[in-house]
Formats: sequence, C-alpha cells, structure tokens
Amino acid sequence: MFKSLLSKISRGYGATLPALLLGVAMLAAIACGPSAAPSAGEKPSGSMAGGEVIKVGVLHSLSGTMSISETAVRDATLLAIEEINASGGVMGKKLQPVIEDGASDWPTFAEKARKLLQNDKVAVVFGCWTSASRKAVLPVFESNNGLLFYPVQYEGLETSPNIFYTGATTNQQIVPAVEYLLGQGKKRFFLLGSDYVFPRTSNLIINRQLEGSGLKAVGEEYTPLGHTEYSTVISKIKAAKPDVVFNTLNGDSNVAFFKQLKDAGITAKDLPVISVSVAEEEVRGIGPDNIAGHLVAWNYFQTTNTPENTKFVAAYKAKYGANRVTDDPIEAGYFGVYLWKMAVEKAGSTDVAKVKEAAKGIQFSAPGGPVTIHMSNQHTAKTVRIGMVRADGQINEVWNSGKPVSPDPYLDTYTWAKGIRNMVQ
Amino acid sequence: MIRGLGVLRTFFQPGLRKPWLAQWAFPALALLALLLAPAVLSGFRMGLLGKFMTFAILALSLNLIWGYAGMLSLGHGVFFGLGGYSFAMYLKLEAAGGKLPDFMFWSGLRELPFFWEPFRHPWFALPMIFIIPAALAGGLGYLVFRSRITGVYFALITQALALIVSILFVGQQPYTGGTNGITNFSAIFGFPISRPGTQLALYYVTVAALALTYLLCHWIISSRLGRLLVAMRDDENRVRFSGYNPAILKTLVFTLSAGLAGIAGALFVPQVGIVSPSMMGIVPSVEIAIWVAVGGRGVLMGAVLGAIVVNGAKSLLSESFPDIWQYFLGALFVGAVLVFPGGIMGLFRGEGWRPRWGWLGQVRAALGRKKLADSQQGGMLKVPAPGSTSSPRAEKTRSP
Repeated sequence: MFKSLLSKISRGYGATLPALLLGVAMLAAIACGPSAAPSAGEKPSGSMAGGEVIKVGVLHSLSGTMSISETAVRDATLLAIEEINASGGVMGKKLQPVIEDGASDWPTFAEKARKLLQNDKVAVVFGCWTSASRKAVLPVFESNNGLLFYPVQYEGLETSPNIFYTGATTNQQIVPAVEYLLGQGKKRFFLLGSDYVFPRTSNLIINRQLEGSGLKAVGEEYTPLGHTEYSTVISKIKAAKPDVVFNTLNGDSNVAFFKQLKDAGITAKDLPVISVSVAEEEVRGIGPDNIAGHLVAWNYFQTTNTPENTKFVAAYKAKYGANRVTDDPIEAGYFGVYLWKMAVEKAGSTDVAKVKEAAKGIQFSAPGGPVTIHMSNQHTAKTVRIGMVRADGQINEVWNSGKPVSPDPYLDTYTWAKGIRNMVQ
Repeated sequence: MIRGLGVLRTFFQPGLRKPWLAQWAFPALALLALLLAPAVLSGFRMGLLGKFMTFAILALSLNLIWGYAGMLSLGHGVFFGLGGYSFAMYLKLEAAGGKLPDFMFWSGLRELPFFWEPFRHPWFALPMIFIIPAALAGGLGYLVFRSRITGVYFALITQALALIVSILFVGQQPYTGGTNGITNFSAIFGFPISRPGTQLALYYVTVAALALTYLLCHWIISSRLGRLLVAMRDDENRVRFSGYNPAILKTLVFTLSAGLAGIAGALFVPQVGIVSPSMMGIVPSVEIAIWVAVGGRGVLMGAVLGAIVVNGAKSLLSESFPDIWQYFLGALFVGAVLVFPGGIMGLFRGEGWRPRWGWLGQVRAALGRKKLADSQQGGMLKVPAPGSTSSPRAEKTRSP
C-alpha cells in the first residue's frame, strides 16, 4: 500500500508538486512585489518631514549603447554625493542616492523617472545624456513637478521649468566655436552630423549664423547613428574643398570617420575638423593618433588649470582608478550636485518651487571655473573653451572666452537668430 | 492530499476534462485581480501594470499565430509600433494645438506633411491604429504565404521587416521624430493626459481591451478556423489537399494578429507617454516571443502571464539591482528553455517540470566521464513511461 503510494508520487505526481510550488511562488512574487515596494518607498522621507536622509535619484544608462559614456557621469555624481556626505550632508542630512538604469531605451527612462518621483519621492534627479532621453522624461518631470539636473551639452531651444541644464547650450559651445573659426579666417564650412535632433538643430543654427556673416555652408551631410562607412562622405568633403569640417557625429561613428579621414591622407593641418561631441573619454575610443591636431569645443578639459580641477581629477582617479579620464559631461554631472546642495541650503527646504527660486544666481567654483545659474532660464553660465587634441589623448586649450558666457538657449541676443524662438514656442 | 493534487491538475488541464468552470476560473480570477488592482497599488505601480497589460495583448496576438498556427513572427514590434505611432500622431497634433510639432521644426520642415493632416481627427486616427499594421501584415503575409514560405524563413523575413522599419523611422526624422520618437503629449480627447483620473480610465480601457482580445482569441481558436490553424501548423499539405487554401487562412490570421498588436501599441503610448523606433527593432520583437515562451506557447493564459511576469520581473529586478539585473533576467530565460519548456502554464498543466538535463549529459559525455548512450536515454530521447507526467494523452490534448 505504502509502496504503491510512493511509486505513485514519484511517477504520477512527483513532477506536479514542484511545478505547482514554483507557480505559486511566482504568483506570490508578482502579487507582493508591486504592492510591497511602494509601502517601503512611499513614506515621504525625501521631504522635510524629519527624515534623516534625503533621497536623490541618479538616472543614467548602465546598460546598452550609452552605458560607456553615462556610467562615467554616474560615477562623478556619486563622487559628489559622497564628498557632500563626508562633509556633513545637506542641512545636516545625508544624501541617499537611488540609482536607476535607463538602459539606453527612452521609454525605460520615462518609466524610471516616474518611479523615482512617484515611488521614491526623490528630492531631485541627476541624469540623462541623450536629448532623446531628456525629451522622454521631460513630460514626467513637468507633470510630477520633479527636478532634473541635466549634465550634457545640447541643442538648446528648450527651457523646461523642471530642468536645470548644467551642460552648455548652443551659445556656450557651437556659436562661439563658429565665431572662433570665422576669426581664424575660415570661410568654407562643411557640416557633418549623425541623423538626429542635436546635429540637425545645431546645423540649423550654424547655417543661420553663417548667413548672418554672408557665408553659406559648402556641404551638409547626415549619417545614421552607428554608421561606420565614411569614404563617400570623405570624397564629398574633398570635392567641396572646405576650410573646416564642423563635426556633430556621435558615438562610434567618430571612430570610423577620423580613422578613414587619416587613411585618406587628410591631416589636421590640411583640413581641421572641429568636434562638439568628442571629449577625452571619446578620444580614448577613437585613438589619440587618429584625431591628434583636430579641434574640440567644450567648457572643461581635464587639463583645465584650476585648483578645483586638480582636486577633482585626483579624487576621481583615486576612487575609480588611475586610468580613468575626466571630461566635460563628467564635470557637469559633478558640480550639478553642489549647485543643488547650495540652492537647498539657501532655500532651507528641498521643496521644488523653493529650490528653483533659491537657485537663481547661485555661484559655485567648479573644476572648469566659476559657474552661475541664470536668473530666469535655469541654464548655467560657463566659460567656453576650444582645445586641440594632443597625441597623448589629452586636450590643450587654444582659446577661451575669458569669462563665463551667459546662457541664451533661444539665441535671443543674436540678430541673425531672429525668429527662431517664435518658430518653436 | 495526493488525490487533491490530481484534481488540481485536471483542473488546469482543459484537455482532460473541460467543464465550463474549470476553463474560465483562471482567466476570471485574473480579470478580477486586474480590476481590483488599482485599489491596492500606487499610481506608479498601476501605470506599470497598465503597460504590462498592453504587452499582454501584444503577446496574445503573437501567441495566436505562433502558438496555434506555428508562424513565428520576429517582427511583431513593428505592428505594435505602427499602432503606437498612429495614435501618437493624433496626440502630438492635439498637444501642438494647431502649430507645427516641435520635432518637425528642428528637422527643417515648415508645414505639416499631408499624411499627418487627417490624424488631427480622432475618428481617423482610431481606426488607423488597427488598419495600418493590419494592412502591412496583410500585404506582406499574402506575398509570403502565397509563395509557401514557412518556418524559419518566415521568421527571418519578419525579422528583416523589424530592422527595415526601425531604420526607416530613425532616418525619416522630419516625419517620425527620428530616434527621439514622438513624446510630450498634453491631452487625450480633451482630458489632461497625466491626471490620475485619466490614467485610471486608460487602465480600465486596457483591462477591457485585454479581456476582449482574450475572448476574441478564444473564440477563434475554438472555432473551425482555430482547428484549421492547428492543422496547418502540424501538416500544411494535408490541409491544402483537403481543399482549403492555407495562404488565405494564414494571411487572415496574421493580419488580425498585427491589428491586435497595433491596438496594444496605441494603448501603450498614452500610458507611457512616448513612442520611439527602439520599440520596433529586432530586440524588442524577439522579446515578445520570449514572453510567450516563458508563459507557455499555445495557451492563451500563458501569453498573458508571460508578458506580465517577465516585464514585472524586469522592472522590479532593475530597481533592486540596477547594475546586474540583466543577469537575473537571462537566468530566467535559460531556465524557461532548460527546466520548464512548457512555460509557466506548462507547470500548471502538469506537463511542466521536465528538466532537460540531456544537455548536461552531453557535456559530461564530451568530457569523457559518462557514456553518451546513457545521457541520451536520460534526457534527449524521452521514453515516456506509463503514468509519467508527460503522458501521451497530455501531449495530445496540449493544443485544444
């Protein structure tokens, strides 16, 4: 009797039991997971109500194509948070980072932004890199009245009341770069970019600017993101005989373009290329010998000579390894945390409206020089720098604006840009 | 107790005994849970569940053609995306309020393209979310099925479709928003889109759409058409020789499936707030097949469960382990293939816990520790013993 029962278990039902258990466990996980998580996170520990920590969100791509660039910015943001906590936190409270992975996927960015704001109730989010991810989270921040510090140079023409832009807008990078080149006697511009919003908008602005000086671009080419075959483009460049190539290519494409340009026998002396999306981190990928001698426009280089930068570079390397480099978005991801800290302490609260009000005009000595939050448009005034890539992958500054340039995302102060604001708003 | 378990097993094994109650108890319970969920979930979690349900509709649409008709489409993201874009065009024009949508301006356009014009009207956009993906699937399907292309070749063609369409949408930035996609909507039929009430209404619309899709799929597979689909999956020639035209039947069900995927996409857009080409590429399209496989292919409830379990796990794991969550998800997929090949529903139906340890035997044999013949007997060549879990009876009744 017993034996037959046993054999029945082992043959007939032995497999059903674990199967059922697993199924039940899974259902339980689904049922409990979503309801358990908010109950832990829903307490407003991020606000002023007597919590000992302030939750801050960090939202970057930690997987996918953008992770190479974005993890470095995440690291810089975490470094700033660690430094602030070591020196007593913000208003006596420690900052507690809540890290989320945007996974290089724009709908995921929107989901994670919603999670940080609605579930974790973070006081502020530091994050995003691509314009696409910023555009994806923008409605989330606006409808939930959140606060985002965005650390990367971008195409301008945007002032969300819920975003602080700590990277450069066009008049702090592209416009002065064109002015610098015009001042160097360059007249024939060839515009080359990846096919998405940043290069398209940049070139729209550059074309206007050239028109303003009575010039016209001798060529304008776009390649899909990730494109790696540039021989056609290079022959078009040769045929157009430009004085300078204005490069808004992004990501891997730069590796292919600079290598093939060198293989085609075009040197930086014959034809300088000025890039606005190539920083120290990207130079490592391209290979310094392929790009040495070409120009880049930014607000910060690892070689920028300030006491703050010496300290910052040393701290970054000490925490993450001596072989790591710093660059412009990394620096912006770092000082954004300090700007927010100063605004919160001035406001005496993490309340978004109060922080926004207090942030007006706040100044901080960033590694790249003094930065100031604009009185109305929530961008930061920064020093513009143009540099030449060295053979060791570092960048030598060849020109700077001398003082911080006030941000002008809609280019209202430029006569040639008249009407651009009306067309987007 | 053992007896009780046995009853439970037959309960979930519609093929063995098919009382009305047993067949509908599980879906009805799930529906009840979904209807009550907003009462216990926070707004954010409810929004996530709403999103997962649109994925469940998508998985149902794939299950219809893959699980029953044996056509593995690796391009279902395209139909999902087309439905999403159709609805997003309406939402974007409503948000732009008579002006040119922002991305068109910065891409150099100065007036609205003619094919955007009719999307101002919801009565045009709403049918289009079904018609556009259905028309593409109908056209492509007829050409493919008429040429008697099946199996892996069909999968490859649909995968190529996913690649082509996503590249096309990235490249045509002035008309599609490029890599950014279309985002920043303000209102849906006049209601502010981010208001909790609107989101709750969208949630219930999605529940209703999921329930209706489930009923529709159930009706199809239990109809004559459904039997023909299964028959075509198992032996297409025999169906052809019986006087049916498989090309027409397959085109029909492929078209319907694409239209359902389009509806899922349209429901996804207002809840998530963005549509972008990244949802139409190869990776997301393959992911849909993974949901169905994890849930249980050829079982309607499996598709629903798979979509919700995999995406729920994805969200929760990435929140808890932002740096390494993908490894857990990978382990789940490997597990689905090696340990419970029938998917989650397979476990319920008693055919489930069938670890395919055969591969382990192969590895050991390769290392010289074990004879290959032993390992094959253990796993690769399954000899069903009488009374074992994978009884021939259960196998036969697997496809209703």
